[in-house]
Amino acid sequence: MLKKFVITTALALTMSAGAYAETPRQGGTIRFTAPYGSSFANLDIHTSNRAQDEIWAKAIHRALYNWDANANKPVLELAKEVTVSGDGLVHTFKLRDDAFFHHGRKMTADDVIWTFTRLMDGAKAYPGARYVRIIKGAIDVEKGQAKEISGLKKIDDFTIEMTLTEKVDPGFNFYQAMTSIYPADEAGKDSFNSKPIGLGPYKFVEYVPGSRLVAERWEKFYKPGKPHADRVTISIMGEASARDVAFRNKEIDASILGPTQYVAYKADPELSKGILEVPEVYTRIMGMNPNFKPFSDKRVRQAINHAIDADLIIKRLVKDKAYRATSWLPISSPAYDKDMKPYAYDPEKAKKLLAEAGYPEGFEFEWTATSNESWGIPIVEAVIPMLEKVGVKVRIKPVEGTVLSEVARSGDYQAFIWSNTSGPDPLTSLKCFHSATPQTACNYTQFKNAEFDRLLDEAAATDDAAKRIDNLKKANAILREEAPMWWFNYNKAVMAYQPWIKGLQPNATELAIQNYEDIWVEASSPAAK
Amino acid sequence: MLSFIVRRLLQTLPIILAVAALIFVMFSVIPGTFASSMSDDGRSVLDAEVMTRMNKEFGLDDPVYVRFGKYIAQLATFDLGTSFRTRQPVADVIAERLWPTAQLAIASMLFAIAVGVPLGFIAALRPGGWIDTLSMIGAVSGLSLPKFWLGLMLMYLFALVLGWLPSFGYGDGSIRYLILPAVALGVAPLALLARTTRAAVLEIMNADFVRTARAKGMSESKVVRWHLTRNTLVIVLTTIGLQFGTVIGQAVVVEKLFSWPGLGSLLVDSVTLRDIPVVQGSILVIVLLFLLINMLVDVLCAVIDPRIKYT
Repeated sequence: MLKKFVITTALALTMSAGAYAETPRQGGTIRFTAPYGSSFANLDIHTSNRAQDEIWAKAIHRALYNWDANANKPVLELAKEVTVSGDGLVHTFKLRDDAFFHHGRKMTADDVIWTFTRLMDGAKAYPGARYVRIIKGAIDVEKGQAKEISGLKKIDDFTIEMTLTEKVDPGFNFYQAMTSIYPADEAGKDSFNSKPIGLGPYKFVEYVPGSRLVAERWEKFYKPGKPHADRVTISIMGEASARDVAFRNKEIDASILGPTQYVAYKADPELSKGILEVPEVYTRIMGMNPNFKPFSDKRVRQAINHAIDADLIIKRLVKDKAYRATSWLPISSPAYDKDMKPYAYDPEKAKKLLAEAGYPEGFEFEWTATSNESWGIPIVEAVIPMLEKVGVKVRIKPVEGTVLSEVARSGDYQAFIWSNTSGPDPLTSLKCFHSATPQTACNYTQFKNAEFDRLLDEAAATDDAAKRIDNLKKANAILREEAPMWWFNYNKAVMAYQPWIKGLQPNATELAIQNYEDIWVEASSPAAK
Repeated sequence: MLSFIVRRLLQTLPIILAVAALIFVMFSVIPGTFASSMSDDGRSVLDAEVMTRMNKEFGLDDPVYVRFGKYIAQLATFDLGTSFRTRQPVADVIAERLWPTAQLAIASMLFAIAVGVPLGFIAALRPGGWIDTLSMIGAVSGLSLPKFWLGLMLMYLFALVLGWLPSFGYGDGSIRYLILPAVALGVAPLALLARTTRAAVLEIMNADFVRTARAKGMSESKVVRWHLTRNTLVIVLTTIGLQFGTVIGQAVVVEKLFSWPGLGSLLVDSVTLRDIPVVQGSILVIVLLFLLINMLVDVLCAVIDPRIKYT
């Protein structure tokens, strides 16, 4: 499995590097798709945390940092350099002096401060507030006790001093599209919601709600020679089968594939030449409620992990569009332990563990699930006979995604199956299992382990990168052992692309989100002119 | 007639109020909020404080009776509220989507009428003939075909195989983009109209007054023009009216499949994301359109057939 991953990643990186080796062609239209629903929330990216909205936002907006898909880490975007104080709390950013908003004005420190202050507006509910909260004094603004964030100081027009409340890499917070920098003079106007102005490589042209967004090249974009294409059209296409027809009909340049299409495209001699596979930072799991008596016993939770043949389900149902999970952290995480083994499929051992835990005859539980084909009811239905073999009976409770999210937060479940983000920052991701993290945040299984907490606290405090990674690996191993979840799989994101589209990036945080300025279209594209 | 129209308009008020109350109750009972919908993909963790603030900002932390009072008070001033998702007035959000849905509904009904009514007429004039048999097989098939599947097949044939039409999107709003979704949506009403027309024509052809007209020596063309067409039209118009409303309601599948920016896809998105004001507004608009279209049909029927009196 690991070998397969290494080959896949190498291929992805080679493809990307290969693309850069070619001379990018200027002009043409990139015809992208937004596959996660039938609409964008609105045109104020500060109000949405959805991947669907980040797809358009990446064309129009930019944040302080950006995600470097090839390096698999956040890198400076709107700042040229950053210096960090000895205690790791004060970050001084030298901002770009060549970044122009789409209405022609140069970005300054005031815009950055205005943006972060806006996100902390206590009267509004901007999802990005959770990222800005690491700046000292941001919470005071949120609570209405201050009007300015004390930890943000303008040194000059292009220098900002940012004091953090804890020693973290702010890149993981400020590469998020929902912290995109807005023009202070324009963003307060009503017109901004229908005509967004950003710093991105493309400027807004039109939005047809429920259908498409069009943006055109921003001539003053700060990266020389970029963007390559003249226009970007992002079509909203939630239906996989419709995307399939449009892709085959050469009406779109790229399409995210589901398991069924993945098999069909791989089998097609032509289509298989344009497939980009990336292990994304999503872990599919079954969360077990410790307040439900059988699941309070570690042996029962381990038994569940042993009783399910996850490899078989991945192969047959998920069509190999996933990697077997060993614990929480995904393959693309820097703290992923490649030597860690997944729970072996061993029904006999599962029976033995159940008997030791006092359930020799098994038990019955209710499993909350959505209809999702990769981590929903179809998977649960495949698991049911496997669990029955060890005496465990399952009742399915079908819900929709919105309800699942509420159920997991409230603890109103016995078990649930979900796909959760488990990266890119391993420390942030593992904090979801820290005993101080409430269930309403992301500690859905109310995990509590003193040694785990200690390892995480140490990892957060240390300046030694190797020790931090070592601690995180150990913490991840504790999770594996304690098994608060059934570790099912890590998502393999798959994008089909046309032969004329170049410069796509293997973005492990979300493959559908691309830096459009790096993409170009060859002359063979139907939209080359 | 005018008093009839005024009365019908007044009758819509309690219906609208009842629908509004029903939707409000339904969405107060079902679990999930707009805030919880923002984490439904498991991708983004929305922290508890933001969720609380979001519920407060949208008034979702108020007791149900307070929310209902506010909602009715807003409705009384023709204010549909503000969308949780877009943070724009609901009326504006709906207005953006109304015309594409109207385009789709009108085009699909024109297609259904243009093909279905003549087909039913011809089939009835020669009952048992091959046209009758074929058209009725087609009609039953048209009613049975799932719109999603039919839409995909149309995409496949006319976009991918023949390359005549684009497979998706609104494009520049031109007819090229409208044809496939309109046909996918129009096949079911076409089938129903063909069957209804056939049944109506057959019934009227065997009616006493038609027999009397023929016995009096009226020519067949006059029988068709004066008696058959006029009497059939009332039944067909009523069916068209009902189908028009149904088409608007059913457009959602086709809109989602073809990335058509209409009211149906807005409604489904809003239900999924618990954008309650938009759900309430969209359903109210659809109900209102349904009532207005049917009122219009009633008026037209009275114009066509003066024997119809609305009291």
